[in-house]
Amino acid sequence: MIKSITTPLNQDDVLALKAGDQVLLSGVIYTGRDAAHKRLVALLEAGKELPFDVYNQVIYYVGPTPAKPGAVFGSGGPTTSGRMDAYAPTLLSLGLRGMIGKGYRSEAVKKAMQEYTGVYFGAIGGAGAYIGQCIQTCEVIAFDDLGPEAIRKLTVKDLPLTVVIDSYGNDLYEQGRAQYLKEHQHAN
Amino acid sequence: MKEICQETIIKEVKRLCMEANYVLPMDVQKALQDAYTKEDSLIGQQTLEVLNKNASIASCTSSPICQDTGMACVFVEIGQDVHVQGSLNEAIHEGVRQGYQEGYLRKSVVDDPMFDRINTKDNTPAIIHYEIVEGDQLKIIVAPKGFGSENMSQVKMLKPSDGVQGVKDFVLKVVNDAGPNACPPMVIGVGIGGSFDRVTLLAKKAMLREIGTHHPDQRYQALEEELLEKINQTGIGPAGYGGKTTALSLNIETYPTHIAGMPVAVSICCHVARHKEVIL
Repeated sequence: MIKSITTPLNQDDVLALKAGDQVLLSGVIYTGRDAAHKRLVALLEAGKELPFDVYNQVIYYVGPTPAKPGAVFGSGGPTTSGRMDAYAPTLLSLGLRGMIGKGYRSEAVKKAMQEYTGVYFGAIGGAGAYIGQCIQTCEVIAFDDLGPEAIRKLTVKDLPLTVVIDSYGNDLYEQGRAQYLKEHQHAN
Repeated sequence: MKEICQETIIKEVKRLCMEANYVLPMDVQKALQDAYTKEDSLIGQQTLEVLNKNASIASCTSSPICQDTGMACVFVEIGQDVHVQGSLNEAIHEGVRQGYQEGYLRKSVVDDPMFDRINTKDNTPAIIHYEIVEGDQLKIIVAPKGFGSENMSQVKMLKPSDGVQGVKDFVLKVVNDAGPNACPPMVIGVGIGGSFDRVTLLAKKAMLREIGTHHPDQRYQALEEELLEKINQTGIGPAGYGGKTTALSLNIETYPTHIAGMPVAVSICCHVARHKEVIL
């Protein structure tokens, strides 16, 4: 069964999600990847305010292609999340509720997700044109000079995601693979 | 002596950058469709269905298949009887500049790699490899390479005593390390032999070789088949969610090497294995 969920997400919303769940996410989310994360954490270290309040929000690790004339958004699939691992625990400690990306997360991130109640969603890597169609509005709200890495505020409708790591520490990358091998009895 | 003008090269490179990013090569499309019919994990099948839809949306709407429209890797084979009027190098960079600008492709290149990391805003410079060949033709292959998978590629200087098993172990280690990060199903190129620099180029060329073609030496062909089978038994599957389709293909390219060495490189590409070529 596919669950429909809407941002902002509170702790109860996150606690109800389990690794392997398929969801359709709607509402406002924020984009941010390498350079933007570096700046967000630098702002916090300098005791300054962030360009948006991360509490109960979801960050999508993406750097989209430029929108064509008349279009809202270009192509926008997920980037590799592991590069944001150095910064994610800090944002989770401020109440960031969800992250969307692809690929492995560190133990430190998984631990912070359990401690502060966060969820990690996987979007399908490489499906940029398909995912781009779920974006209804897009506005750059910070770090415009970073081009594709600027922070954008997006409104999405039925963005198809899979819960990869839940707030209990379950990881679909480990479980899905183990489950498949168990069912198909491959020796490796 | 054939004369080719700079303008022709700019125009062609620009077109190749755009088309490569919008339309998957036929062999990759076919491999993705075949994988969908063979996949026996439900979530794996659903993922492959999305990837097939994605490729079709991108090609129908002239949109980038993936938002990482890559660093433009350009392979040039220039016949020794070809003369280019003006700078061939500059013509290629200009073609990339125009293609990425006019094609609404993402600009993903930073100037200084470590200190400044400021976006060059036009996706230049390209990475260009030249090879001089006989004849009067100029062949240009544009292969935009995304870095989700590029970051997962590895090279290792094996010892001759590591043997065939050493190569197998290393390839499987690279695939396991890459896992979901490389956007599986992957397209894999393995280089064996040559030197530290040559082996990585071999791996990249192997990655670009048509899916379903094989190394001319039957022993390497058997190794290509065996490694692909083993990789598809890891259970990583599409998007890393579990399944049998972890790689669409694995090609090997080889070159003679030194008595003391056995370099091996594994070039990992995601399922968006883009390349487009022209012969002038």
